[in-house]
Amino acid sequence: MPLLKEGEVRIPSGCAISGMISKDGHKENGDRIIESIKVMHDRSNGLGGGFAAYGIYPEFKDLYAFHTFYDSKRAKDEAEEYINSRFEIASMSVMPTRNIKEITDAPLIWRYFLKPLPYKVKEMHVDEDEYVFHCVMSINNKINGAFVFSSGKDMGAFKAVGYPEDVGRYYRLDEYEAYCWTAHGRYPTNTPGWWGGAHPFAVLDTSVVHNGEISSYDANRRYIEMFGYKCSLLTDTEAIAYIVDYLVRKQGLSYEDAAHVMAAPFWDTIENMSKKDKEKFKYLRNAFASLLITGPFSILVGFTGGMMALNDRLKLRSMVIGEKDNMYYVASEESAIRIIEPNLDRIWSPKGGEPVIFRVEGGKY
Amino acid sequence: MNDNFISPLDYIAPSFEVVRNPDKCIGCRACERQCANEVHHFDFDLGKMVANDANCVNCHRCVSICPTHALKIVKNNDTYRESANWTYDNINNVIRQSGTGGVLLSSMGNPEKFPVYWDKMLINASQVTNPSIDPLREPMETRTFLGKKPEKVEFDSKGNLKTKLTPQMELSTPIMFSAMSYGSISYNAHESLARAATELGTYYNTGEGGLHKDFYKYGKNTIVQVASGRFGVYKDYLEQGAAIEIKIGQGAKPGIGGHLPGTKIVGDISRTRMIPEGSDAISPAPHHDIYSIEDLRQLVYTLKEATNYKKPVIVKIAAVHNVSAIASGVARSGADIIAIDGFRGGTGAAPMRTRDNVGIPIELALASVDQRLRDEGIRGDISLVVGGSIRSSSDIVKAIALGADAVYIATSALLALGCHQCRTCQSGKCNWGIATQRPDLVKRLNPNVGYQRLVNLVSAWTHEIKEIMGGMGINSIEALRGNRLMLRGVGLNEKELEILGIKHAGE
Amino acid sequence: MKKIYVNEEWCLGCHLCEYYCAYANSGIEDMAKALKGAAINPRIRVEGDNQISFAVSCRHCDEPLCVKGCISGALSVKDGVIEVDQNKCVGCFTCVLSCPYGCIQPADKGVIQKCQLCTNNSHGKPVCVQGCPNKAIVFEER
Repeated sequence: MPLLKEGEVRIPSGCAISGMISKDGHKENGDRIIESIKVMHDRSNGLGGGFAAYGIYPEFKDLYAFHTFYDSKRAKDEAEEYINSRFEIASMSVMPTRNIKEITDAPLIWRYFLKPLPYKVKEMHVDEDEYVFHCVMSINNKINGAFVFSSGKDMGAFKAVGYPEDVGRYYRLDEYEAYCWTAHGRYPTNTPGWWGGAHPFAVLDTSVVHNGEISSYDANRRYIEMFGYKCSLLTDTEAIAYIVDYLVRKQGLSYEDAAHVMAAPFWDTIENMSKKDKEKFKYLRNAFASLLITGPFSILVGFTGGMMALNDRLKLRSMVIGEKDNMYYVASEESAIRIIEPNLDRIWSPKGGEPVIFRVEGGKY
Repeated sequence: MNDNFISPLDYIAPSFEVVRNPDKCIGCRACERQCANEVHHFDFDLGKMVANDANCVNCHRCVSICPTHALKIVKNNDTYRESANWTYDNINNVIRQSGTGGVLLSSMGNPEKFPVYWDKMLINASQVTNPSIDPLREPMETRTFLGKKPEKVEFDSKGNLKTKLTPQMELSTPIMFSAMSYGSISYNAHESLARAATELGTYYNTGEGGLHKDFYKYGKNTIVQVASGRFGVYKDYLEQGAAIEIKIGQGAKPGIGGHLPGTKIVGDISRTRMIPEGSDAISPAPHHDIYSIEDLRQLVYTLKEATNYKKPVIVKIAAVHNVSAIASGVARSGADIIAIDGFRGGTGAAPMRTRDNVGIPIELALASVDQRLRDEGIRGDISLVVGGSIRSSSDIVKAIALGADAVYIATSALLALGCHQCRTCQSGKCNWGIATQRPDLVKRLNPNVGYQRLVNLVSAWTHEIKEIMGGMGINSIEALRGNRLMLRGVGLNEKELEILGIKHAGE
Repeated sequence: MKKIYVNEEWCLGCHLCEYYCAYANSGIEDMAKALKGAAINPRIRVEGDNQISFAVSCRHCDEPLCVKGCISGALSVKDGVIEVDQNKCVGCFTCVLSCPYGCIQPADKGVIQKCQLCTNNSHGKPVCVQGCPNKAIVFEER
């Protein structure tokens, strides 16, 4: 039976998100992030959970790690033929998982560590990232039943249909060490039952977990699709991940400025800025008008060496940030932070539209 | 001439009947004084007001002004042996043309029964999964920029923006007044539009009749038009405007030029158009320096060069069959904005057969152009303005959701000024002082009143747009633009839904 | 104080102000009933022709010649409004002759009448102003 893909219908969903990042680049395994997202069990409904982890593949640091779902042997063969002709495969294996009764109907899950074939990259007249991006888009949209759900370097997304705490155990996250973890528990309003539809959504090293339902979806989607992105899942998270990738990787905006596009300040606020800021903000709002995201959202964007927390400009979704020693924590609910770190130095709610960007100090990741 | 002397072969019964309530009529003769068509007069022998129905165009001036509301105009129920095929209008027009040998002229927009797609689309609202937003309590933004968006943004080493935007138009609300020339409409109508655009923070459009010097002071809110006749186009004119519009076509009469009869080329109009008094102002059907798309590019850059690249250039085309391919060409011509005028768009005068049969609905044109530009990845290169019968704020919301950046309104603006759509602009006897140059009629439109009514209309529509946006959980107009998931069709077939790029209600 | 002013640029010569005036001072609620078949004698009059016209009514002068010339004390100024007490008027018409604008008319019963800005009828504010279709007649502070 072919996978019932999201993308045939747009599914709004509520959610829980949680994330943690170390300031000094020290790593820890997935136990605490699972503990954190588990507290918000009631914010998900068992129809999707997932994690993104950064710094987990130090031995393959310079290779693109593809995490891939296949719904058939045929899809796997087709995809591997495609990958083979474009990449040097340094390593490939079945994704290590743990058999647990809560997670069922798993597709084939494979992991590859890849180096793009240099002459192929040259042929396309693009850089490596763009080449990989293009390949991922091709596999996901052209090979029926194959879906690359993670494609960055030294990072990985892990997701499934189920409650997030079960998904974490299923993927043996206790065995991975990361300096930054994000997690997601999903509450979709229908039952697509497709693993690819779970969050995080990742493209190259950008991963997004998101809680909300954006009202600007189709405006964003139809605009971003002009630049080679194909929003095949019809989910907000996918669109947001592409917007971040477009603004940061393709347009060269900083994460701050990308946030100022996605959750732009109101015109009234801009009018009251200094002349220089006013000019810049006005420019950004005008130039990237169609990438403004409206409607409620709280997102965690993971990227190499950092993480960004962002709320919609009216702050229509809850999100709190905690700080303790050399760690930052972000979650939909304070309880999800307190459960893993009861004695915080500081806890606050960022304002709507105010990006909070965490980076591992001195690039020590 | 008395109707009785008309050959029976040419006789057409009056279209309307003036009904006067004798119990209410006080014989003040205001109707008589206000009717430029000389329908009413006081018969001293009979001691009462009488009417010549044959002259009535149903402009409603007398009905509106009658202090005791003693008047109504009804459709004459005199009838032919009509059929669904040979309708009253079809029969009459054959009779009329057999008598005169002339082309049928008419004005305002296409009145025929073609589908109005605005009325077959419904708008979404938020329930449960995301919140609607109350525009009375939260900011709700309608500010719109028209102009090219940069393909690639560049920063200097300090992270400051290096890229500068090409000239943009800034609108406080995505509604502009579209082209109506001085000559086709009156000085007072133009003044009303100019002042309203200025107060509203939007733009009005000179049309092809040049710009009266008195209105140079509203230049910041003026779009100056360059049409095939080039009337009134010279350096100062181009420099006065905030943007320059090249008019290729008009929805009411695609493929047809314009003709303002010499009788209307008097005084200031002659001066403003820069043609001798009494000469006919004939705009050729094509621009004679644009026979192909590459020629358009030359004109675009000629105008940019002439104005130092300080003004965005709009290219206005009529919605015709392969509008999306044309629009794609226009987008690559260097133009900053494309304006598309649908087949229901109004006019001061057009051959009736053209008005009623040429062109396509703006909704379909808009949907296909927006999609085509996106398919080609050039939607950011050009802004999209649509007109050609925008009748309400909900039409605007639907237009923006289909992909428009802003809309042009003209008929609605004229209605705000008093027009009652009698569709006889071409007669020059507009009783509301709009489509006329007769001084006694022009003065009937007091711009102090007119501009306020335009401001009221656009403000009211803007409030409604905000209300509907809030219902959808959208608090800025750019998040509505091209957001077709916010629309659903009702009673549309698969093909129509496909072209509009929307789903059917219930899907 | 607010007075009635006329901007001849916008006066259309429709004469409606005359009818509204006659109606307002008729004391009858229904306009048709008040004016049907009646010859009107309004306190405001449109002068001019089809090209240029304007409505004329009492200016409520700061130094009113009519009040100065009134032999019976029927005319007086109250809060800036020139009023006539028809019970005191003896019908000498000195005021009719002395008004430089021709704004005072003989009334029906051998006395005079003039515009009192509708303060003396049930309408409260000038009905000619409200009824002017082109806002040529305004009631404002100047």
